[in-house]
Amino acid sequence: MSVPLIEVRGVTKHFVKRLDLAGKIARRLGADVDEEVVHAVDAVDLAIQPGEVVGLAGESGCGKSTLGRMLAGILPPTDGQILFEGIATSEMSGAQRHAATLAVQMIFQDPFASLNPRMRVEQIIGEAPLVHGLVDRGGLSDYVDDIMQNVRLDPSLKRRYPHQFSGGQRQRIGIARALAVRPRFLVCDEAIASLDVSIQAQVLNLFMDLREEFDLTYLFISHDLSVIEHIADRVVIMYLGRVVESAPTEQLFSAPRHPYTQALLADVPRLDQRKHIFAPVKGEIPSPLDPPPGCHFHPRCPHAMPICRMQQPLLREIAPSTFSACHLEGNSGT
Amino acid sequence: MSVLEVAGLRTHFFTRAGVVKAVDGVDFTLERGEVMGLVGESGSGKTVTGFSILGLVDPPGRIVGGSIRYQGEELVGAPDKRLRELRGNRIAMIFQDPMMTLNPVLRIDTQMVEAIRAHESVPKKAAWERARDGLGQVGIPSPEERLRAYPHQLSGGMRQRVTIAIAFLNNPDLIVADEPTTALDVTIQAQIIYEAQKVCRERGAALIWITHDLAVVAGLADRIAVMYAGRIVEAGRTDDVIDRPLHPYTVGLLGSVPSANKRGQKLNQIPGMTPNMLALPKGCAFRERCPRAGDACLVDPDLTEPAAGRAIRCFHPHRIEVPA
Repeated sequence: MSVPLIEVRGVTKHFVKRLDLAGKIARRLGADVDEEVVHAVDAVDLAIQPGEVVGLAGESGCGKSTLGRMLAGILPPTDGQILFEGIATSEMSGAQRHAATLAVQMIFQDPFASLNPRMRVEQIIGEAPLVHGLVDRGGLSDYVDDIMQNVRLDPSLKRRYPHQFSGGQRQRIGIARALAVRPRFLVCDEAIASLDVSIQAQVLNLFMDLREEFDLTYLFISHDLSVIEHIADRVVIMYLGRVVESAPTEQLFSAPRHPYTQALLADVPRLDQRKHIFAPVKGEIPSPLDPPPGCHFHPRCPHAMPICRMQQPLLREIAPSTFSACHLEGNSGT
Repeated sequence: MSVLEVAGLRTHFFTRAGVVKAVDGVDFTLERGEVMGLVGESGSGKTVTGFSILGLVDPPGRIVGGSIRYQGEELVGAPDKRLRELRGNRIAMIFQDPMMTLNPVLRIDTQMVEAIRAHESVPKKAAWERARDGLGQVGIPSPEERLRAYPHQLSGGMRQRVTIAIAFLNNPDLIVADEPTTALDVTIQAQIIYEAQKVCRERGAALIWITHDLAVVAGLADRIAVMYAGRIVEAGRTDDVIDRPLHPYTVGLLGSVPSANKRGQKLNQIPGMTPNMLALPKGCAFRERCPRAGDACLVDPDLTEPAAGRAIRCFHPHRIEVPA
């Protein structure tokens, strides 16, 4: 297997809520208060090959955005390693790290909050390539025109401010800003979730075109499984900070292995279902402040066994390039 | 008699920038126990239609024409007192944001008991028991404890279930649900749809499910009405609208939904964007994005009935045929 473009090994992210003054005093006086720790991401391994589109799905609070942000270098992991082209970011030289940082860009969910309202579009798109010396001041205008055309925006609009654009156009500006530093890997965090259906389709098509034009690799984070099914080559399902299943898209959607994936897929509304009686998975995602012991999914799992309450199932390869973390797989002898 | 008959409904907003014709000629009827999906993108007027039915349109908005008949009774222009009698009693609404229904500083039981006693003189204890049973029916575990909670102590899915329980408290004949699951995860969405389906089936209430998600109503609704720029452009039985759409907008909308059979291929997108409601194009509002538009479309198309139970507003509809 070739060297993955980007890889994480055992990355963990804990968010600690420090005690306030009252809490500290109470603890000094012997009260039973502790700092609250949110286990957002818990020892996740993930390798993404060049040119691959990996879909990352899960319910809100499962840690998918946190993982995406760590991959994009926005959040430092509490523990574990991030490798870019086989080199750990912690061991990189300054120049290497600079190149790796530029090569990974992120596209955010909210096109209203992620663009500076006081900057013109040409500044938003042109600032980073100018700072990083990808283009000189003389060639900047043409460069911005070029990038805007790449995302199917009219370059004559580049003197405008973000508020003068619609949601779909703003998302294109966000994509243009990411593309302007010629990245190789894009983390798209719910990049089309806030758009109308017809605009979603346009932006989704744009992502697919850009992938071919610029030879891009994506991590596509979405709660919408039909979007993931459409665009991704491989799907990773997370639950409460852990990866529960990872498989090629067709495999995962036709024969999901993990009970959580099965429940999730059964709940997705589809156009070809009529008068569907929903038989939903019971309960809600538990609090990441206090995750259940053993397998995180056992309180909601229809197949839960005693071992599921005691021991955490590890992510294992159960079929070629299909990984699942479930004790059921162990019992079937595979 | 139909539970609800809406005819020629027009709700306009008189803003400083001009008149926004948010709803501009909407017609439909709803029978007892029927589920209708009202589908459209943002700004299509689907929410304002729902608000108009409940008489909740605030200035600068106003219902300027048409009629809304509930069990034969005209609601447009009805006195506030009568509307208050009906709202939350015979006609209920579920909002996208449960905090639009719930008062953050009151406990759940206070709010639910109040909703019952506002319409019916029952002892507090009996009302409380009804509230408890109502929570149980929408699948809330240990309802007695939940009744004593404040809204902020519940999760989003739990809050939405409470609002559904409140909507069903007085056994309404008609429920308007405005994107009640849009902000929720798929598993919670499935739970909510399941509860709504169950209560409608058991009590025979009519339901209007307003959404932008065709896939949700495909599995839920008996009939679907598609709105664009303040008008219903296509309506019909769910099977007909989803499998054999006639209006180019419906065709485009369906083509925009990623689904298994088109995996990896480009989606059949609709060009352009939703029109500015202050400056709608002349004639058919979809004309500028429509692949089939011609000179005829410069005139407003009327709602026609190409087949029984189907309505469409288009000069160049797709033919009624079974797709290959």
